[in-house]
This record gives sequence, C-alpha cells and structure tokens, in this order.
Amino acid sequence: MCYLTTVKHSMFYWSFGIVLALLALTAPAALLLGFLGAMAKRSQVAVVRWIGSIYTSMVRGIPDIIFFMFVPIALGQGIEYVRHKIKCPDVTEPIRQGNDFVVCAAAKFPLGSADQWVHQTYGFALATVAFAFVFGAFVANTIDGAMRAVPANQLETGHAYGMTRRQVFWRILVPQMWSYALPGLSNLWQILIKATPLLFLLGVQDVVYWARELGGSKTSRYEYPHGDWRLWYFMVLLVFYLLMTWGSEKVFRRLSTRFARGQATQAGQQHLEAKA
Amino acid sequence: MKKLIIGLALAVCASGTAMAQERTVRIGTEGAYPPYNFINDNGQVDGFERELGDRLCEMTGFNCTWVTNDWDTIIPNLVAGNYDAIMAGMSITDARKEMISFTQRYKPGDPSSFLALEGADESVMTGVVAAQSNTIQSSYLADTPATLVEFPTPEDMVAAVRNGEVDAALANSAYLSDVINESGGRLVFVGEPLDIADGVGMGLRQSDNELREAFDAAIKELEDNGELQVMLDKWFN
Repeated sequence: MCYLTTVKHSMFYWSFGIVLALLALTAPAALLLGFLGAMAKRSQVAVVRWIGSIYTSMVRGIPDIIFFMFVPIALGQGIEYVRHKIKCPDVTEPIRQGNDFVVCAAAKFPLGSADQWVHQTYGFALATVAFAFVFGAFVANTIDGAMRAVPANQLETGHAYGMTRRQVFWRILVPQMWSYALPGLSNLWQILIKATPLLFLLGVQDVVYWARELGGSKTSRYEYPHGDWRLWYFMVLLVFYLLMTWGSEKVFRRLSTRFARGQATQAGQQHLEAKA
Repeated sequence: MKKLIIGLALAVCASGTAMAQERTVRIGTEGAYPPYNFINDNGQVDGFERELGDRLCEMTGFNCTWVTNDWDTIIPNLVAGNYDAIMAGMSITDARKEMISFTQRYKPGDPSSFLALEGADESVMTGVVAAQSNTIQSSYLADTPATLVEFPTPEDMVAAVRNGEVDAALANSAYLSDVINESGGRLVFVGEPLDIADGVGMGLRQSDNELREAFDAAIKELEDNGELQVMLDKWFN
C-alpha cells in the first residue's frame, strides 16, 4: 500500500491532470485557430486566402512529429533571441557558436535560476502552442468543408433580404455549419486525445512516461524492487483512455442532437417529427 | 535608523557578491540507468552521478538543479541551451566530441558485457544483439557481424532479451550486473567483457569554457583526495 503512495506515484497521478489540462487548453485554442483559418480560406482578400491555404496544406502535408519538434524549438529560441537583442545589446559574441545556441544569462527564458516548476510550465505552454498549431490546421479544413456544406440557397435568401455579407456569415452560415462540422471535429478530438503521449517528446512528463518509468523493472537500488510491471501500468492507461473516449462520445452525441435542431437535414427533420 | 541603513547596505552588498558567484547550472540526466542515475521513489534523481554532481556543485559554488531528458535527445537539448551540463553515464567518444565537449573523465572506462538468457553460448554474440540507441555499444555492434537492434531505453533492451526478441544485449557491465543479480538466475553474462569505453565524463557545450574549467578542477581535486574513489566503491562495489 505504501508503494502506491510514494512521491513518484503521486507524480504519476498528477500527470493525468497534466494531460487533461493540455486537452482543456488545446481544444479551444485549436478551435479558435481553425475557425480563423477557415475564415481566412474564404476571405475575399487574396493574400489572406493564401495564408489560410498555406497554413492548412503545410501542416497537413508535413508529418506532425516534425511540427511537434519544430514549433517549440523555434518558438523557444525565437523568444531567447529577441530577449538577447534587447537585454544584452553589448554582447558581441555570436549567438550561434558552432553547434551551440548561446544567449546571455539574462536573456534565458525562463531564467536559468528559475524554479523547476517554471521550466515545466514553460515547456507545457510550448507544447500547448504546438498542439494547437497542428490541430488548428485540421480544424480549419473541417470547418471550411462544413461551411461549404451549408445550402447556398439559404445564403442567397439572406442576401435577398438585404443582409450584409457579415450578417449572412454570422446569422446563417455559422449557426448551421456546426452540424456539418461536428462529426469531423469529434474525430479530431479523439485524435488529439490519442496524441497526448507525444508530450514526452516535448520534455513534459506525461502519463506514458511515468507508466514506463514506474513499471520498468527495479533492482534493489530502489526502495521497492520489482520485475517488469509495465503491462499493469499500461492497463491503467488503457482504462483511462477508454473512459475518455466513452465520455467524449456521449458529449458529442448530445451536441449533435443540439445542433441538429431546426436544420434542413435528416437529423433536424427527426427533431420536428418528435415534437409533433 | 543609522544602524538600519548600514545593515541594509551590508545586506545589499552581501547579496550582490553572492549573485556574482552563484551561477545556476542545470544538469541534464537520463534517470533510467542505475546505478549511474535513476529516479528514486521520491521522484528525485538519485545515483552515483547525483551524489558526485551535487558534490562538484558544492565545491564550485554553482547552484545546481537536475533535469531529466530522453537519452536520444540529450545532446541536442544541451547545445540548444535547455540545460548546461550532461551527467548521464556518457562515455567520452570522438563522435560526441564533434558536438559537445567533455570534462576530464570522472569514471574510468567501464567494460561492456553481453547479457543473454541462461544456457546461452557465445554464439549469441554474433546473433541478433540489442543495444541502446546512440551509445558506444550500438556503434561497436554496427561494426561486428552481429545484427544490431536498437532500443530507446536500457529497460526496453533488457525486456527484449527476457522475452527472446533478441539473442543478447550489449551494455555497460555495472548496469547489467544489477539486472543479472536480481533475475533469479534467468539472465547471465556471456563471453568476456569488452573494453570499448574511454571513460565517463560530464558533457558541456563547446563554448562553455567557464563550466569546463571549474568542473575539471573540481573532479581533479576529488580524484586526488580519494573522495571520488569512495563514491565509485559505494555505487559500483
């Protein structure tokens, strides 16, 4: 019993919170980014449209793992580069010295002297940005497709009533497109849940890291020696991820009934019939 | 009032000088290679390198914190500045010296040995052999007739031997002897130990002369006064 309450185990339990926090932060951020991306793709301004298309096709075409490595490193070094220029203008040594990336101590971000939790939070924040960036592109495509699925006649009717483009967009297009976007979004959500073990690549100690670390066989150098218990720890993860899937399916089912209300779709029709 | 001002001034001076000396040094390690380094049940980095590293920091006056990092990205993250030093049972090799620099060695070249299931003969040494990726053992095996299979952690490598996925594994003898002692006779050493290591040192950025000089001097001192030997005996009996 003492075994399951070691500090190391509480770090394992805590890491479930980290995964949930990542999901809770990434999902809305990716949704927002995706919405903006979809708007950009539909924009009347050519340059904005290009930015939207480049963003989505670039992320979709390049392996995710490259982005998960690239975004945090680029962002981290970018921030330190800017801070170096501002805080240490008189340092003449180059920042790139051979293989090394060297900025002055004051430009380190977070500062080298900062507590470990600051470093961890920073790493977590970078991970969130990377996840949001990648998933935002997929969301953008899903939403763009959903917007195209809204019957054009309805939009024309809106224009005929004298609504502006903006009004048509917000009052007719957006409320209706959710119903079409939802199946795609629920897919993305599931993929996002499954992608969380990639956190360890970004230096965040997530559930998979701890399960591997705790389950790995322990010699008597440790307080509680044991054999290879990874199977049991991974079982716990299996249950966790299954529960997540089960819960999210329930939520998405509710959402899709909610958004189907009043729609010119089969599901919307069923709503009307149920009422009658 | 006057006393207070003087007191304050002294306090400011004291903290000023303390700041100048105390550079914070973040030490990166793998945390999965007992007895060199591992994560103990309190979630802290423990092992020979923890004890040695803390002692070196005490001597040099640096303010040290320990960070764990995956073995495969441990060098890239050092040069990117995520931490300032590596103490992870890392052998000093020419290939690594192209990327980073090393202090003098703090542990003499460790022999490497083959691990196999009991009853195995020496033929396994040229069969399918596992090693941790990016190690001296994996580059050694690549030049032998053996078929090399790489694993990201030592744990995975040992598990592959246990379940027969590979015929043998090549790793640091000190690490393997713990594994063998506690395997209840299921795992054994095969063949003679190999001398392929030049010694274990602390990895530093090539541009970081300050740390290299300080740590080199401190390691030398511990070596001369015998303290290092005591630590080595304690962890590697």
